[in-house]
Amino acid sequence: MIAYIIRRLLATIPIMALVAVFVFMLLHLSPSDPALIIAGDFATPEQVDEIRRQLGLNAPLYQQFLHWAGNLLQGDMGKSIYSGLPVTTLIGQRVEPTLMLTLCTMLIAIVLAIPLGVIAAWKVGTWIDRTVMTLAVFGFSVPVFVIGYLLILGGSRKLGWFPVQGYTSIFEDFGGFVSHITLPALALGAVYMALIARMTRATMLEVLNEDYVRTAYAKGLATRKVLVKHALKNAMVPISTTIGLGVALLIGGVVVTETVFAIPGLGRLTVDAVLRTDYPVIQGVILVFSFTYVLLNLLVDLSYVLFDPRIRY
Amino acid sequence: MTKHNGFNYLAAPMRRLALAGTVAAAAGLGMAAPALAESVLKMVPHADLRNIDPIWTTAYITRNHGYLVFDTLFAMDENLEVQPQMAEGYEVSEDGLTYTITLRDGLLFHDGAPVKAEDAVASIKRWGQRDGMGQKLMRVTESIVAVDDKTLKLTLSEPYGLVLASLGKISSNVPFIMPKRLADTDPNAQIEEIIGSGPFKFVADEWQPGNQVIYEKFAEYVPRDEPASYAAGGKVANVDRIEWRYIPDAATASQALMAGEVDYYEQPAVDLLPMIQSDPGIKVETVDPLGTQGVIRFNFKYPPFDNKLVRQAAMWSVQQADYMYAIMGDPQYFEEFCGAYFMCGGPYETDVGSELLREKDIEKAKALLAEAGYDGTPVVILDPTDVPVAHGQALVTAQALRDIGMNVELSALDWATMTSRRAVRESPENGGWNIFPTWWLAADQLNPITNISVAASGENAWFGWPENQKIEDLRNAFAKETDLEKQKAIVEELQIELYDFVPYIPTGQYYQPTAYRDNVSGVLKAPVPFFWNISVE
Repeated sequence: MIAYIIRRLLATIPIMALVAVFVFMLLHLSPSDPALIIAGDFATPEQVDEIRRQLGLNAPLYQQFLHWAGNLLQGDMGKSIYSGLPVTTLIGQRVEPTLMLTLCTMLIAIVLAIPLGVIAAWKVGTWIDRTVMTLAVFGFSVPVFVIGYLLILGGSRKLGWFPVQGYTSIFEDFGGFVSHITLPALALGAVYMALIARMTRATMLEVLNEDYVRTAYAKGLATRKVLVKHALKNAMVPISTTIGLGVALLIGGVVVTETVFAIPGLGRLTVDAVLRTDYPVIQGVILVFSFTYVLLNLLVDLSYVLFDPRIRY
Repeated sequence: MTKHNGFNYLAAPMRRLALAGTVAAAAGLGMAAPALAESVLKMVPHADLRNIDPIWTTAYITRNHGYLVFDTLFAMDENLEVQPQMAEGYEVSEDGLTYTITLRDGLLFHDGAPVKAEDAVASIKRWGQRDGMGQKLMRVTESIVAVDDKTLKLTLSEPYGLVLASLGKISSNVPFIMPKRLADTDPNAQIEEIIGSGPFKFVADEWQPGNQVIYEKFAEYVPRDEPASYAAGGKVANVDRIEWRYIPDAATASQALMAGEVDYYEQPAVDLLPMIQSDPGIKVETVDPLGTQGVIRFNFKYPPFDNKLVRQAAMWSVQQADYMYAIMGDPQYFEEFCGAYFMCGGPYETDVGSELLREKDIEKAKALLAEAGYDGTPVVILDPTDVPVAHGQALVTAQALRDIGMNVELSALDWATMTSRRAVRESPENGGWNIFPTWWLAADQLNPITNISVAASGENAWFGWPENQKIEDLRNAFAKETDLEKQKAIVEELQIELYDFVPYIPTGQYYQPTAYRDNVSGVLKAPVPFFWNISVE
């Protein structure tokens, strides 16, 4: 097990290296030129060249890449072209809101969606099942920003329970944190919940037709015990795969959610950086996202052990 | 990072995560909770502050930030006249070539150092390398020196009528005065610390690009005695703290204002105004009495717009109302027609020569195209779809040119990409362009020197690179002239030439509304959003 984890972690290194190369090439092929943006409206071509030289943008691409990669290995992601702040600082400022938003979203989604999926499977074909599935289709189809606006209109403006926008650090004011994170987590969670609920229902339906479930019922076990201990536990492997893969959806959704709710997270940092071709920032953020994704996949793979004793690493 | 750096985040959240449970204040997190008696203005700025050096960039958001933190020697008042601000007074020698400027008492930088003449000299020199008007001033400046701590002397090599207009320039780049040690920074690099002598201090360790900028009242600032008037007069800070909260989504920003989470929303989207105005606790008004000028710019290097007949045809084919309804919608926010290249309401307003802009005449336009021998060459219009003001202008222009039989290609991109692409000097088929849309604040367009879109010095001119010696001669004559009436005569002659040459189409003059809650008072009418004089209950 430990050996497996170490092997998997080592395997992330070539993946990250490939991502780094790919992102770097992709960015430098884009038509935008940060030197021109910086130079402003009156710069002569010579001044633009001078800025390119200062930014190291006129060196051959492979040199630029090696320079960046070398610094990266020392933990230096470079500085934002625009604000002059170190990329690690900018990312550091933004990690907490995005991390918390993602975790709260996953928490809400899992706590709500798995029971809903189980109930829908158990009451298959009834109005309960149909209601859950309708909600799931709704959650999956309506764009995040529309749900976000609806939640702002309802939860903030009509009821006045939650603030419209912003973020409070969990370490500064827990109450403020909860009130700020609730609506964005619900908005972002809608798609994710729909995905998990549908997957739970589908795998539960398969499992519920298995012989051992009939045996469990025949032994006189209570329905709750059969559903949770026997059926759900066996259904959890595909469900946890969905949970892991769904994180990719979240990363996309985080950008929109953070924009709608004005949360200063990594998603918005990415968009701002992309719109201004702030190379060092984009590269840094994408690396962080990729690494997170690779790590999550590892966690999902490891979680199989909990649900299926036949799986050994 | 150097020792003197304002960007040292002792309290990076990464570290905070690691310190979870320990009091973050220990990490120097200037705890964000303001004391009870503090008055705080929470506002939504029109853009994210990403560069903090107002000499390095012309971005309006950085200029607005500059006005909070820095002060200026001279400043423009509401009569568009230049008044002393940091200056106690000034003297001009008999021959008009030497300006001796004295600083007023009590000027202090935020780090406690007194403001000296050498700081002003270094600041003006750095600004003079970046700003268009500054460069012009430096070209006719023989020397600028500090005589003593209180006095600086600017000596010209030839008579120049715009010395004070340059030093009292209200919009980008504003000649802000910085400590010499910062002003000695390479003009092509950003200063690494924000220390000014203005009414507010920049709180470096609370700056989070893309999220918030914090300013605190500078208690030692001594305002002038005169009432505030544009950038001139007494800058009295009535709030203890100003929080710029960047909310990128217009609908969310409007809701935040309506919910009272912010007090002031600098530039609400015009299509959301009816919703905002339905709230009786919110006031919507245009605080900039001068407004903004829409601009459709041609590329003079390549056909078809290298021919002035084609540019005239384009002007005959459009009318300002079409543009204004497309980008502003509500007629209360724009002029029905403004035929002045140097703005209606400005000191050089005249509509001489503007018939081809005032009237829309498709037949005349077609006849001009035929005369020019237009052969169906494609016209590449850059269309920044993420900026409504620019996008609307691009679409209206495309339709008008199609209506007179031109072959139009709209090239959709984002604003940032457009700012790169408009600098490309290659032909349109090789990644260049024929037309791009933009806008300028009236404050930037008030005269032939600040309005760089009329400059016609060829390769050194603004994007589009027009070349016209007569225009350049008239601009130089204007700059040397010190008599207002004679200046006006020059401008009339210049404008006739402009309407013949068509350096760009002025697509109309419009006024950006601002919205604020009824707990805010003392908002100044000015072309720049100033934050002194404002009180918050």
